[in-house]
Amino acid sequence: MKRPDVAPGNGGNRLVSLALTLLTWFLGLLFIFPVVWMVLNGFKTEAAANGTPTLDFSPTTEQYSEVTDKVLFGEAFTNSFFIVLISTVFVMILAVPAAYALAIKPIEKWRDVLFFFISTKFLPIVGAILPLYVIADWLDLVGTRTVLIILYTAMNLPLAVWMLRSFFAEVPRELIEASQMDGASLRGQIVSVILPIVAPGLAATALLCVIFAWNEFFLAVQLNFADAKTVPQFVRTNVNDRGDFIAKLSAASTLAILPVVIAGWAAQKRMIRGLAMGAIK
Amino acid sequence: MAEVTFEEATRTYAGSEIPAVNKLSLEIAHGELLVLVGPSGSGKSTALRMLAGLEPVNEGSIYIGGKDVTLAPPQDRDIAMVFQNYALYPGMTVAANMGFALKQQKVPKEERMARVQEAARILDLEEYLERKPKNLSGGQRQRVAMGRAIVRSPQVFLMDEPLSNLDAKLRVQTRTELADLQANLGVTMVYVTHDQIEAMTMGHRVAVLRDGKLQQVAKPSELYSSPVNRFVAGFIGSPAMNLIDCERVGGDLHIDNVVVPLADGVESSLANMSDETFTVGVRPEHLEFGQEGIAGEVVVVEELGSESFVHVHVKHQGETLTVVVRDEGETSTQRGDNVKIAVAGKTHVFGADGARVQGG
Repeated sequence: MKRPDVAPGNGGNRLVSLALTLLTWFLGLLFIFPVVWMVLNGFKTEAAANGTPTLDFSPTTEQYSEVTDKVLFGEAFTNSFFIVLISTVFVMILAVPAAYALAIKPIEKWRDVLFFFISTKFLPIVGAILPLYVIADWLDLVGTRTVLIILYTAMNLPLAVWMLRSFFAEVPRELIEASQMDGASLRGQIVSVILPIVAPGLAATALLCVIFAWNEFFLAVQLNFADAKTVPQFVRTNVNDRGDFIAKLSAASTLAILPVVIAGWAAQKRMIRGLAMGAIK
Repeated sequence: MAEVTFEEATRTYAGSEIPAVNKLSLEIAHGELLVLVGPSGSGKSTALRMLAGLEPVNEGSIYIGGKDVTLAPPQDRDIAMVFQNYALYPGMTVAANMGFALKQQKVPKEERMARVQEAARILDLEEYLERKPKNLSGGQRQRVAMGRAIVRSPQVFLMDEPLSNLDAKLRVQTRTELADLQANLGVTMVYVTHDQIEAMTMGHRVAVLRDGKLQQVAKPSELYSSPVNRFVAGFIGSPAMNLIDCERVGGDLHIDNVVVPLADGVESSLANMSDETFTVGVRPEHLEFGQEGIAGEVVVVEELGSESFVHVHVKHQGETLTVVVRDEGETSTQRGDNVKIAVAGKTHVFGADGARVQGG
């Protein structure tokens, strides 16, 4: 009789293996359930959405048409794209040289510098909003896209520096030395040798910055009144304080996560390589 | 004018009292293949890196082609280096790897490709030019690393243990090819290795380092026959020279009550020295089994086909020590045999400080 295809260690116990498989599926579905529910709700009427979650419903696009009809929809998405793109570009431009200085030619106090960077995240943003608002007001930046670009850059920079530093540190020292022997200037070393190797890490870091900036709500709400509303704010406008309009909210939320999901999907090949790069020598 | 000169070059790492390279003074002639050899931590790689410009020189100077390059960055030294792990650029093809330096120097594309092609021809890499390093074997990668250096026609080639990642057979083959290549191209080469056989077979001259200090620099044959101290004597030659500590009795040195024959003039030099303990060195091939000699019991016989090495336990000064004797290929000696060892060749004597006791 052929033995079942179970790895030794379970005692070949098919029952245990089956139970574990079921448990894994159950947990997986449990975690994905809220997202699936939200997506489905976007295609239901309000009445259907308010009932018990069920797959038995007649799909409708009325929520989506209502949501996309709003003027704010176009504005918010445009603003978010603009703010997130610019701030991420700034972050990368600043973080790459910082990572070089901390990883490849480390200054003596590099650990202290890294700690300083991460320490800026210790303070809850709520504690800083008052002085931030005052400064923004003084600079006439309240309600502009500029203030969010600046703040998102500052918000993401520590993360980017930390991540990029660890990717840069993976570049074999000999490779850089070889390029020096070959006559490469500092720029040549970075562009021709280091960046191609850390490219997956750059992609992963950039994607994380995009995600954090895209989803940022608190600063956007506090510092925007009219012109520069972002997607998270837009989503908020689709629901009132009593929690009505859950179908509309679901539709708006699905639209809100769509760009980042698509970006992540497109980048995932590079990103997985980037996140696993440390394991491969 | 020497191609490369180290002048009391010293490198001390921060936080360390002892220099990694200690006042190294060495001259390397144009077209010479000089090997830097020594155990781990001897400073040979550090010395090479100082020459490359990858390590700062804390004291002393380094000259290349007569120019003082002590403070010059690697880019300005006109040298090429082959690293132990080859350090090939992973995202580039073999051709791009080899042409990289020329591209940095803004050499026109035509000339660049011609030189890459020529180097590829010399190294038998022509069919691999469009491959990426990850699709090459270890030996092929090693050749690409060589090609990258050759293409630049530098003043000096630096090699940092380039063969240590190859399997034994490939290592022997590549060793010969490398020595051949150096002779054909006539380039100055500084070669670092911890393998003394590599050093002996390849180097025009060999420099032995220990703990950052130069012990001896000479032709391989001279290192072998006239080691300047106990360390060099024990380091060069495989299997190692037998080194036995002896106390002086009367005017002679004894191993287990057998008088050791000394080279000309050594006896009179000994008489002028006040030390009581000396080290006697005899290579395995200068010992033979006979009717008379030092008594011992065979413990291990290593048969290599062309020769055998017999390890013998000998009682000396109250302790048991192992003496290795070289015997013919098909020896009849067996473990457990009682033998007598006689000296049939050159002996070396080293004083208590390790220095050679010279004749004359």
